[in-house]
Amino acid sequence: MINNSAYIKTEPDNKESSTVVVRMEHVKKFFGNNYVLRDINLVITKGENLVVLGKSGVGKSVLIKCIIGLDDIDEGKLFILGRDISELKKNELIEIRKKIGFLFQSSALYDSMTVRENLEFPLSRQLRSLSKDEMGQLAKEALENVGLSNTIDEMPSELSGGMRKRLGLARTLILKPEIMLYDEPTTGLDPITSREISSLILEVQKKYNTSSIIITHDIECARLTANRIIVIKDGVCAAEGSFTDLKNSADTWVRSFFE
Amino acid sequence: MEKIILPQSDKESRGVEIEPGNNSEMIPNSIFKRFFLEVSSLTLFTLRFFKEAFKPPYEFNELIKQSFLIGYKSLPLVGITGFIVGLVLTIQTRPTLVKFGAVSWLPAMVAVSIIREIGPVITALIFAGKVGSGIGAELASMNVTEQIDAMQVSWTNPFKYLVVTRVLAATLMLPVLVAFADAIGLAGSFIGVNLQGHVSAYLFFSQIFQSLGFNDLFPAFIKTFFFGFAVGLIGSYKGYNSNKGTEGVGKAANSAVVFASLMVFLIDMVAVQITSMFQN
Ligand SMILES: Nc1ncnc2c1ncn2[C@@H]1O[C@H](COP(=O)(O)OP(=O)(O)O)[C@@H](O)[C@H]1O
Ligand SMILES: [Mg+2]
Repeated sequence: MINNSAYIKTEPDNKESSTVVVRMEHVKKFFGNNYVLRDINLVITKGENLVVLGKSGVGKSVLIKCIIGLDDIDEGKLFILGRDISELKKNELIEIRKKIGFLFQSSALYDSMTVRENLEFPLSRQLRSLSKDEMGQLAKEALENVGLSNTIDEMPSELSGGMRKRLGLARTLILKPEIMLYDEPTTGLDPITSREISSLILEVQKKYNTSSIIITHDIECARLTANRIIVIKDGVCAAEGSFTDLKNSADTWVRSFFE
Repeated sequence: MEKIILPQSDKESRGVEIEPGNNSEMIPNSIFKRFFLEVSSLTLFTLRFFKEAFKPPYEFNELIKQSFLIGYKSLPLVGITGFIVGLVLTIQTRPTLVKFGAVSWLPAMVAVSIIREIGPVITALIFAGKVGSGIGAELASMNVTEQIDAMQVSWTNPFKYLVVTRVLAATLMLPVLVAFADAIGLAGSFIGVNLQGHVSAYLFFSQIFQSLGFNDLFPAFIKTFFFGFAVGLIGSYKGYNSNKGTEGVGKAANSAVVFASLMVFLIDMVAVQITSMFQN
């Protein structure tokens, strides 16, 4: 299905292109002799949660880092919001990537800054015209959205793992991204906190109509959040389908993720 | 095939990625090979520093904050060290001068050694231990916990924001710290002189200023900028290029100190050669 429609959706005026937000065609990525992504084809449509499964080290993080531009793809095509990123100028690229949010596996909070400064950092970097008060207001709102209002003057080191994840999410959402990339959002958290994070992800999807890629090992998180799931193996998408499709897959290897 | 991937200017690659090849018999000694690769990647890092440092926008606020953290916070340590060095040096030098009946030269001799050599070098070594390791550990832990990546996706150039500011702060603050350490060192020396004799403060300091010329002060002052630059640059280099693992933090801090201290001595040696060339 992906391959059939692969070339039509690149047209900016095509009706479908307005619904496809990210498209990868035959994407390859290697580090030296280590071929991490061999031939990745995928599409994410507006408002969709796509869960990516795969063993550790298979290149799931590399995949989303290519989308946000922390890594560059070596071959193939990458379209974000209908634009081929290899054809964009540097400032256009920046504009497009401003619409992408990234939740890092380790939350990536700035240790040397308070919670408030962590939230204001991306704001002050992107919207330089904002006044101090406006920034403070946005920071407060962002914290309320993730249920952390009373931590605004604490340091990140004083927060628990779940709170750090939520703060990381708040810091990303403060810029109202259209596309969210989650790198193992529930790894290292207890089941209850994991479920809270999963429902936050769903809430974000509903509230802002964001499209998301969620990398996870947590089947519960996948079950709760996924509209569609792909499984990566040896640098290609080995399986694709809904949660129940893959759970009942004929392939024992695919099924093994759901046990 | 040996393959070295050089950093692309606009992607934030961290220095040189080295891929171990199969025909490493070209250079038999792997320590040598690693040394040259390290030197070449440090050179690229240095070039990148100059490229980014002069390109706007400038991170002034962060530079001021780092100068405060790097400079002000090092004052006590540097002061104590300076005082002890001045005192001990004076006490140790006295017997030798007594033997030659030249004890009245004590203030002048100690002052010249403190200003020209001991003040700058000891302060730079202390600075390497405190600030070099601090920068190395901080940047390495930011690297491990993806804070550097997070900065980049917030459209902040992490090299400019983290590295350029720290290197500049170290370069500008070390000369100030050395001047401070020199002053306290001379005060320590004054106390040292008066422990076993009596010299008035007026006599002590007028002797010192008579013995110190432009040739003593100027080269000593200039080389401290290079010491500070080396410490800041090597600390940043080790931290920014650290391994993505927790053990990378300790390693970065440790090798930053070792490498920076060594560099201080190397720069000092070169500086002495250059100064004596001009003085003859
Ligand atoms: N910057 C890099 N340089 C070299 N190799 C890398 C780099 N980033 C990732 N890799 C390699 O890519 C592979 C996939 O990594 P990653 O995407 O982190 O896996 P995961 O699926 O667990 O997220 C690993 O073998 C890793 O060693
Ligand atoms: Mg990963």
